[in-house]
Amino acid sequence: MKLTLKIWRQGGKFKGELVTYQLDNVSEHMSFLEMLDVLNEELVQKKEEPVVFEHDCREGICGTCSMVINGYPHGPMQGTTACQLHMRHFKDGDTITIEPFRAKSFPVLKDLAVDRAAFDRIIQAGGFVSVNTGQAQDANSIPIEKEQAAEAFDAAACIGCGACVAACPNSSAMLFTSAKVAHLSLMPQGEVEKQRRVQAMVRQMDEEGFGACSNITACEAECPKEISVEYIAKLNRDYFASSLGSETKVK
Amino acid sequence: MSWFSTFLTSSVGRKLVMSLTGLFLIIFLVVHLIGNLQLLFDDGGEKFNLYAKFMTTNPVIKLTSYLLYAGILLHAIQGWLLWRSNANARETKYAVKVTRTVNTNSFASRNMGWLGTIIFIFILIHLYQFWLQMKMGVLEMVTYEDVEVDNLYYVVAQAFQNPLYVVFYVICMVVIAYHLLHGFQSAFQTLGLNHSKYSPLIRTVGRIYAVVVPLAFAFIPVYMYLQG
Ligand code: HEM
Ligand code: SF4
Ligand code: FES
Repeated sequence: MKLTLKIWRQGGKFKGELVTYQLDNVSEHMSFLEMLDVLNEELVQKKEEPVVFEHDCREGICGTCSMVINGYPHGPMQGTTACQLHMRHFKDGDTITIEPFRAKSFPVLKDLAVDRAAFDRIIQAGGFVSVNTGQAQDANSIPIEKEQAAEAFDAAACIGCGACVAACPNSSAMLFTSAKVAHLSLMPQGEVEKQRRVQAMVRQMDEEGFGACSNITACEAECPKEISVEYIAKLNRDYFASSLGSETKVK
Repeated sequence: MSWFSTFLTSSVGRKLVMSLTGLFLIIFLVVHLIGNLQLLFDDGGEKFNLYAKFMTTNPVIKLTSYLLYAGILLHAIQGWLLWRSNANARETKYAVKVTRTVNTNSFASRNMGWLGTIIFIFILIHLYQFWLQMKMGVLEMVTYEDVEVDNLYYVVAQAFQNPLYVVFYVICMVVIAYHLLHGFQSAFQTLGLNHSKYSPLIRTVGRIYAVVVPLAFAFIPVYMYLQG
């Protein structure tokens, strides 16, 4: 199929604009990133600068492939990363607009690549378990309720891609932060530090300049791992309990 | 108290203020509506005027009314501050915008700042027209069984004879409806009350409230206008 691509180019000779490219012979079996690979090969042959976009695993688990496709972070298919999106979801003659994730806290590095170090700093503030918990435990040595394990597991599905921030009109990082807080705090190994963790991670999130949550739920709609805003409610609960009800003060 | 200011100025703490003041306003609207419904009695405004007298003289209600003014101001100021800082969190806007959400009214949720600002302007006009007139003591008095009270009913009935005002009033009620279509359930989510067993009920009650309460408010001026 033939496509018209409007791609955000920034850096080098581009000062930040949508540039139009024509692409013929796109196979519907290609993934979205393979389609961009084809474009880049054509650009290189024409001695033009290829479009910078990020990718790593190309199987929907690393969270690197950030881009907004026709307004949808990771494209129009729900529960799908850009790398897992296939061209069969587009039609011959379509115009596709591709933009970087947009948030003040995710500055554009070049073209579609943005700097998501703000997420790393939120994790560094508390998204860890301080003591070495050793080898995987024998299945029955630490009993965990089935529902609780499932809740922690669903939160742990977050791949830290940043689509929630990109989708949110407020550029809020609440879905990401809430998933990271929950997946650790719901497990006995992580529960020990839950009071400090929630305060420290919320504080870092705010310091990074992300917006507050208006409960719009665009994040859940666009999250490739379909993380629920129930985790945001849980984050709020935990934050109230920790800030107002516990002895813990995070300086 | 630094831990407390840290809490209140955090993004989650600021939203708690929105949620609590918003819920307070939601309760207030029901009380206000019960009062307004007295306008519908065909008694020349006696029930309504006595009610207004009670509401402005009873000490407990007086105290609550100061809480209410503070609540509205807090809600509005915090709302504007959040609106501004949320808008600042994205510098370059998207060329293509989409509006997909889960279980919320996308239009309302994205426009709470605008909707709230219109409500605020409405409240100012509303207070100027009815409440301030009464406070300034420029209203005519009526006497019911030896008690002299302000004839607020007369001012209200007059205002509702102006078709432009009636239309303005109805539009503002639509705006409140949208604000609450998102706000009602949002306030619970902010409080952390999102639960698979209760949230469907909260959302349903919220939708009913957001339609029925503004509709009942809007019915009164339309009815009084048509009655003449
Ligand atoms: C009848 C009066 C009003 C009622 C009953 C009401 C109710 C509510 C409720 C329940 C919420 C949800 C709070 C949450 O998400 O936790 C809300 C949010 C909001 N309200 Fe109001 N409100 C009223 C008037 C106003 C006014 C006058 C403004 C003026 C600016 C305003 C601005 C906002 C904003 C900006 C939000 C969204 C905050 C956010 O989620 O970021 N509201 N309102
Ligand atoms: S919550 Fe979803 S959208 Fe946000 S970073 Fe995690 S996987 Fe990506
Ligand atoms: S490249 Fe790893 S999730 Fe898309």
